[in-house]
Amino acid sequence: MRERYYPLMATIAVFIALFLVGGAMYKHFLSTLVLGQMLADNAFIIIAAIGTTFVIISGGIDLSVGSMIGFVGVVMANLDAAGWHPLASAAMMLAFGILFGALQGLIIDFCEIQPFIITLAGLFLLRGSCFMVNLDSVPIRHPFVEAFAGANIPLPGGGFLASSAIVMFVVLAAAIVIGHYTRFGTNVYAIGGDRASAVLMGVPIRRTTVMLYAMGGFYSALGGVIYALYTASGYPLAGTGNELTAIAAVVLGGTLLTGGVGMVFGTLFGGLILGIIATIIDFDGSLNGAWIMIVGGLLLFIFILAQRTIMGSFMLRRST
Amino acid sequence: MSVDRAIAAAEAPPIARRLTALLAHRAVWPLVALVIILVIDAFFAHGFFRVRVVEGRLFGSLVDVFYRGMPTALVALGMAVVIGTKGIDLSVGSIIAICAAVIAWRMHEGDPHFVILLLALGTGLLCGLWNGTLVAFLDIQPIIATLILMVSGRGIGLMINLIYGGTNPSFTSPLLQGLSTGHIGLIPTRLIIGAGLFALLWLLLRRTALGLFLESVGANARAADLAGISARLVKLSAYLISGLCAGSAGIIIGADTHTSDPVSIGLYIELDAILAVVIGGGSLAGGRIFLGMTVIGVLVIQTLTTSILMSGLPPEFNLIVKAIVVLIVLLLQSNNLRAALVRLFSGRKR
Repeated sequence: MRERYYPLMATIAVFIALFLVGGAMYKHFLSTLVLGQMLADNAFIIIAAIGTTFVIISGGIDLSVGSMIGFVGVVMANLDAAGWHPLASAAMMLAFGILFGALQGLIIDFCEIQPFIITLAGLFLLRGSCFMVNLDSVPIRHPFVEAFAGANIPLPGGGFLASSAIVMFVVLAAAIVIGHYTRFGTNVYAIGGDRASAVLMGVPIRRTTVMLYAMGGFYSALGGVIYALYTASGYPLAGTGNELTAIAAVVLGGTLLTGGVGMVFGTLFGGLILGIIATIIDFDGSLNGAWIMIVGGLLLFIFILAQRTIMGSFMLRRST
Repeated sequence: MSVDRAIAAAEAPPIARRLTALLAHRAVWPLVALVIILVIDAFFAHGFFRVRVVEGRLFGSLVDVFYRGMPTALVALGMAVVIGTKGIDLSVGSIIAICAAVIAWRMHEGDPHFVILLLALGTGLLCGLWNGTLVAFLDIQPIIATLILMVSGRGIGLMINLIYGGTNPSFTSPLLQGLSTGHIGLIPTRLIIGAGLFALLWLLLRRTALGLFLESVGANARAADLAGISARLVKLSAYLISGLCAGSAGIIIGADTHTSDPVSIGLYIELDAILAVVIGGGSLAGGRIFLGMTVIGVLVIQTLTTSILMSGLPPEFNLIVKAIVVLIVLLLQSNNLRAALVRLFSGRKR
């Protein structure tokens, strides 16, 4: 097996191990019901993290993810109250996500400001816009929402694949194609691997950067749409801190923050690992919610150490 | 007459050049932003500049800007040092939460308050040691290394609250609250503490070799290493300083709120602190530490916040106005955009 698949294998192994640990600790844990529920619960964050994966592979970062999720939900809920069909408002918000991301990418490249700062301003801007629209949780009452929540594919063993999880798998497949089989995907890896060399090789930096953040905006907006449909509401504080969850999922999925190394497919399992920790702690019932934070941090630490050891063994280590 | 004109013509370019040089100076744009906000306040916020003495202490919006901005300023100073070494410290909010939790816990155990003060500072140092070890000795990227403590730190704070049952994490301490909300003469104590810490940090960076070491490690860690500077120890010291600064901010905020609330204490303070450093002209690419400019950055952010509250706008506007002002300051600092604007305007004139 090729060495670049090692981190991915490690991530999948950890996920399976955690699933088995859960199964050993609790009855009924090892079932497609739990697995399907976990996929449905975490679909929105995994979708958002897919966009973050591309941004991180390019050596950048996108902090506006969580606010985008909240903003999309709030606008969709208000448009629903105004009589819009959820699909129409979703299409509009996806277009908005693409435009907003493209603008962020343009500023980052044209003004040569670090992505961290520009997307931080984006975080404030979108969260502020949420509060401007309304301060309360607004329900989405359109019958389509119920139909969407009810749609699913039954799995063997009593579980089912919810519609949000189906959307997640579709866009994941699209992202894998974009990442590994298009010129744009190759350009992203090239910029993240070595920006100066990419410039010399004639990679269109500006176009790629703008498209990259536009894609990040699209995926986080889609995450917001799924979240709004899944919770059937728009809440201005929704998605707070989710940008960090997304980054954690990407890192757990084996993508290096130094850029140039990583796979979208790993992000799926990175997100699921975070989900399974929360599920185990839910199952236990007596464990404090504080443990979710502590175990999340601990796992992040262990993974980074493991990644460094694996990377160091075949000289992919980069100087920081 | 013609001679005068000739002199004027000869002098014009240097003035223009000096003006251009001034506009390019790093201190100009943040200061311009601060002045513009203050001028707007003079028109719209009634009595913004009135400072009066109430109950033996200074009172007024201007004092309030310094008073409320002080914890952020403390955190931002530490952040400026870390960013100077090409690092970043996302965990400062969590460090504040842990410190406040430690204070409340030891208060319940009945330790002497002075010891608790030292314990809180020690906790900050310990957190800085953890971050610094990850960054300097395990070579983990700063943003991720500090993300670990950021994610788990508030959980640790909650666990500390649970040590004594966690039912009543409030406390009162004349010593700590004196440091936070008290005043010496007319001046609030926390301003004196902030000024003292600033002076200490300034002396440490500008009157010892440490400042030069920090900046050289930030500019080029490998070159600094080859020049005989132990880049690892220097990086570690930056995170220790940041931990200590966050610890002191934790004491001030914790004592101010009289309680340990790990979930919400110091929330988003890391973002404000990073913004302050960047507004002050510090580059995330490292290599420069501007302490004074960082304080100006904090003042820009805090004046903005106070002005929005004073102006009667709903507080929901706070974030969006902050984002827009920050964006404008950042865009003005960008050479590319300024050049494009100059081209646009000169093109129109011709």
